Order: sequence, then C-alpha cells, then structure tokens
Amino acid sequence: MSDVLVERGPEGTVAVGAIDRMLNLCREHSLWYLLFGTACCAIELMQTGGPRTDADRFGMVFRSTPRQADVMILAGTISYKMASRIRRLYDQMADYKYVISMGSCANTGGLFKDSYAVVQGGDLIVPVDVYLPGCPPRPESLLEGLMLIQQKIEREPWLSRVRGKIPPPKDPWPEGSRCP
Amino acid sequence: MNPTEIQERLGQRLGASLECGGAGADAFVIVPAERWLEAARALREGEGLDFDYLRSLTAVDRPAEGKIDVAAHLFSYKRRHALTLKTRLDRAAPRIASLGAVWPAAHWHERELWEMFGVAIENHPDLRHLLLPEDWPGHPLRKDYAMPERYQGIPTRRPAPLAEPAAGTGPTNTGPKNPPEAP
Ligand code: SF4
Repeated sequence: MSDVLVERGPEGTVAVGAIDRMLNLCREHSLWYLLFGTACCAIELMQTGGPRTDADRFGMVFRSTPRQADVMILAGTISYKMASRIRRLYDQMADYKYVISMGSCANTGGLFKDSYAVVQGGDLIVPVDVYLPGCPPRPESLLEGLMLIQQKIEREPWLSRVRGKIPPPKDPWPEGSRCP
Repeated sequence: MNPTEIQERLGQRLGASLECGGAGADAFVIVPAERWLEAARALREGEGLDFDYLRSLTAVDRPAEGKIDVAAHLFSYKRRHALTLKTRLDRAAPRIASLGAVWPAAHWHERELWEMFGVAIENHPDLRHLLLPEDWPGHPLRKDYAMPERYQGIPTRRPAPLAEPAAGTGPTNTGPKNPPEAP
C-alpha cells in the first residue's frame, strides 16, 4: 500500500490514496459520453459506438442527456449560433466532466479558418482535455482519445478534487461575457 | 418552351421590354425591382410558363457598381424548363418584395438574403436570422464586410500554429525543414 495518501481532517487522519484508486477505477470504466454531434465528425462518432470499434466493451455508452454524461465529444464544426447551445449542454453536465475536441474543426476551426460563421476552436468555449487531429479522426482514434481520458482519470487525485483542494480547469468563456 | 419564348412571353405579360440574356439553363431576365413580385406571379401562373419550383434565391454584391443583384432560379416540373429571374437593387438601401405569396419556399431564402446581404424584405411574415446568431452584427456576404474581433467574448481569430514567430519571440526550429533545404 505504498500509494496511500494521508490527509489530516478535523476528525483525524484519513488514508485517501487507495480509495481514490478504487473510485477512479469505477469512474474510468463507466465513461458515458454525450451523444451529440455538430457536423461530419459525428458520423465517425456513431461508428465508434458501432460493432466494429465497440466502445461499449470499455464501459463507454452514449447518453442522450447531459445530466447523465461524463464526457462531451465536440464532434464537428461549431458555428457561432451553436456555441451558446454547446456551452449550455456543458453547464448542464454534472461535475467532473471531460471534453474531447474531435477533428480539425473542433480543434482550430479547421478548413473553416477565418470564417464568419465558425468558432475557431472548441477550446474557446469549453475547457478541452484531449485534442484529436484528423478530418475526420478515425473511430480508432476517437477510442484512443477516450482511453486517454481514462488514463487521466486514473491518475486524478479524486478526493482532493472533490474537496476543492484542486482548482477546476480554467474557463475560457466565463459567464460575464456570455449572453444571458 | 425554349428560353427565348419564355422571355418573350414574360415581356408580353408585363407589357414591357425586358433585359434578357443567357442561353439554355442559364437564360435570365432582368426586371425592375418594383415589378419583382408581379413578374414572379406571371411566371408562376402564366399560360405555358408554369414555374412551379423555386430552386434558389440568392444575391451578388457588386460594390463597384453600387448594386446588389438578386437572382431567383426557377424551374417548371410541368414543362421541364428553367429560367433565372433577376433584379438590380440599390446597394445603399436594398429593398424587395417577398415572393412568399408565390412560392412559400422563398421565406427561408429571404431570411438568408436579409441576414447575409442586408436586403430588406417587404411583407415577410417572420424575418429573423436563419443561419447566424440572433445578435450577429453586419452582413457577412457583402464584399466590404469587416469581421468583429470578438463575438460575445469569443475571439474570432486564432493565430496559425505553424506561422513563423517574429524574430526573437519564439523557439527556433532546428529540426528538418519541410520542404527540405537545398544541400
Ligand atoms: S474535421 Fe473534417 S470531418 Fe470533422 S467536422 Fe470538420 S470537416 Fe467534418
């Protein structure tokens, strides 16, 4: 039990490391993603849930409501009209949530660079954890992205995060600048 | 009916000589803006014309001439012929009648025309932005459109990741070059 962390609380000393591991194990193997796509990358997102790649075997199943989802996959071109909707979905997801930016469009605007209609990167509206290159990324690549999220969760000091010892990721689009 | 006959018949119905051109599927007729709706109705209901399908309704911005050209691409399923109905509007205050009473499909096209080119549509039942956000400033398909720096706090530009940084500001690339340098 070398990885047991000790935290001092008001009631005494608690070992948190192993509990962290246990909780993280549960979380990373029930990574539910939000079923939503904004453009052509969503086709590959559907493939990832299909029988060939079969994300289900890792416990990744899609949810049709943000309230039950852990991961948001930005699958496709994000238009400015969609930006506030995406942000609302993100805000509706329960903490702790993760975001994958899938494809060139969601990473940087891709081939819609300098367009009047397309957000130049999903990380301008929500905090992004994993970027996947490609136009579109193959299902294998998306699966790898999801597994990177699993690895990230595995290393996370979960209890410290729950107790607010670790600050949440920086919000690129804070509330004040958004339209009410 | 061939394009010349269509153009002639429309001219007869409107009782005016119209500016025509093009051939085959590209044939067009230019009508004055104030007769836009009348011309559309004549094409839809005219004897032997029967344009029952509005394929698209769009515009071209011509700042050098101070005009915005509006074009409606029409087709007749009944007679299997096509025509483009055009008009020229003043760029400073473009204004046109809605074709929704003739082809209901025009409503959405007109919403786009309005948000993209700033063409005011008369008698439109529901003039809202179609593709752009409700509070988007300006008309993006005008040639002189200037993109705002930010939209609701989101920067609208992103520096290219591969652009060479100004001398002395970024890391120096010591790796292989693409394309390779001459030996
Ligand atoms: S990255 Fe390519 S495939 Fe994905 S949304 Fe953009 S254009 Fe479509």
